[in-house]
Amino acid sequence: MNLAVVFVGAALVNNFVLSQFLGICPFLGVSKKVETAIGMGLAVIFVIAMACAATNVVYNFILVPLDIIYLYNIAFILIIATLVQLVEMFIKKSSPTLYQALGVYLPLITTNCAVLGVAVLNMTSEYNFIYSVVNGVGAAVGFTLAIVLFAGIRERIEYNNIPKAFQGFPMALLTAGLMAIAFLGFSGLISQ
Amino acid sequence: MDMSIIYPIISLGGMGILFGLGLGFAGVKFKVPQDERVPLVRDALPGANCGGCGFAGCDALATAIVEGNASITACPVGGASTVEKIGEIMGLTAETGERQAAFVKCNGGLCNSSYQYDYKGLEDCRLMAQLAGGGSKSCTYGCLGGGTCAKACPFDAIKMIDGIAKVDQEKCTACGMCVATCPKSLIELVPCSSDVRVACNSRDNGKVVRSNCQVGCIGCKLCEKACPIEAVKVEGFLAKIDYEKCTGCNACALKCPTGVIKVKGESLKKEAAKSA
Repeated sequence: MNLAVVFVGAALVNNFVLSQFLGICPFLGVSKKVETAIGMGLAVIFVIAMACAATNVVYNFILVPLDIIYLYNIAFILIIATLVQLVEMFIKKSSPTLYQALGVYLPLITTNCAVLGVAVLNMTSEYNFIYSVVNGVGAAVGFTLAIVLFAGIRERIEYNNIPKAFQGFPMALLTAGLMAIAFLGFSGLISQ
Repeated sequence: MDMSIIYPIISLGGMGILFGLGLGFAGVKFKVPQDERVPLVRDALPGANCGGCGFAGCDALATAIVEGNASITACPVGGASTVEKIGEIMGLTAETGERQAAFVKCNGGLCNSSYQYDYKGLEDCRLMAQLAGGGSKSCTYGCLGGGTCAKACPFDAIKMIDGIAKVDQEKCTACGMCVATCPKSLIELVPCSSDVRVACNSRDNGKVVRSNCQVGCIGCKLCEKACPIEAVKVEGFLAKIDYEKCTGCNACALKCPTGVIKVKGESLKKEAAKSA
């Protein structure tokens, strides 16, 4: 399997949000405006790339040699939480404008299960360092694609005449479901 | 002891300590120096985030005050007590910001002004101002009476009386919401210390004003001549009072032939006629 296949596979075929149902919380929570959705997506790409690199190193050089692989969940959460904190501090210092634009979404990434999901997936797929990072970035790009498309649809739905029972989240969930069906079309892209 | 217990403790514990130290170190290194006065000023402000000061909200104003980009009297809503508190924090005892209130520069109500046509529709000035002739009123400068400002007022200080918006000076906090919504730009903030107001916004000449409204400013300049200190100026057929100069002698209000210059909301025209 080459890198391109891993990337496309993670971004489209096994889209984290729409076919694996990971990271649904920010997907529904931060998708009311395209602008904030893009901000969230970029932050997720950055954090996932960093997290994939860090978890891969910790997994291969600490967990495996010491034979304590069963502790991977705790170790990965530790890494991700630290990373998000670090990224937040760094952005606050280096680019206050970006920090303000991302706002609360930055710390929210800590609780984004897609980040942990990618790390765990890398581990079970036994990807090496490069493949891990590519897979992570691919998954994050897929997440960004899904959330931005979703936000665009939701912005337009705002102006539609929706029956009262479907207003708000019910409509959003229906939309997400239809999007998931559409993304199913990508499953033939790569023959497993 | 069994290694299967020691390794996890050492490795995860070690990682925890390492990350903790790293974050602590990064926290010091990437520390963004924030003036400790900002949260204090923020607490002193009313916290309504009304935007009356022209900044994005109370947080933005607090930052601006501390950075010296805004005066400590910049908050029009808080009043003297807020200024005092901020002054304490900033170590300044600036003069208390003068209390202001909104004033509607029109008094041509239903019985005083003429109309081009009957308007029966949505009561919203922003819509009415788009209609032919700039609304149903003959005077294109006057209050449309749609009550958009009254709806915009967060403090319930504007009432519609006789088709004209009237501001309750006691309730008004000078947040400026009405000033921003009025499509005719009729409302302005004036200092409460002065009682004299020109209740007209028409820049039409005297003849046109006469035909449109019984109580408009015709630009006759009698007030300008009557004022002993040149605080009243007539520009474009409309009298304007310079509140920094005005001493409240009411000389202009007594002379005004249409009674458009008002003292405490009352025209002095009749009294002048009586005394003469």
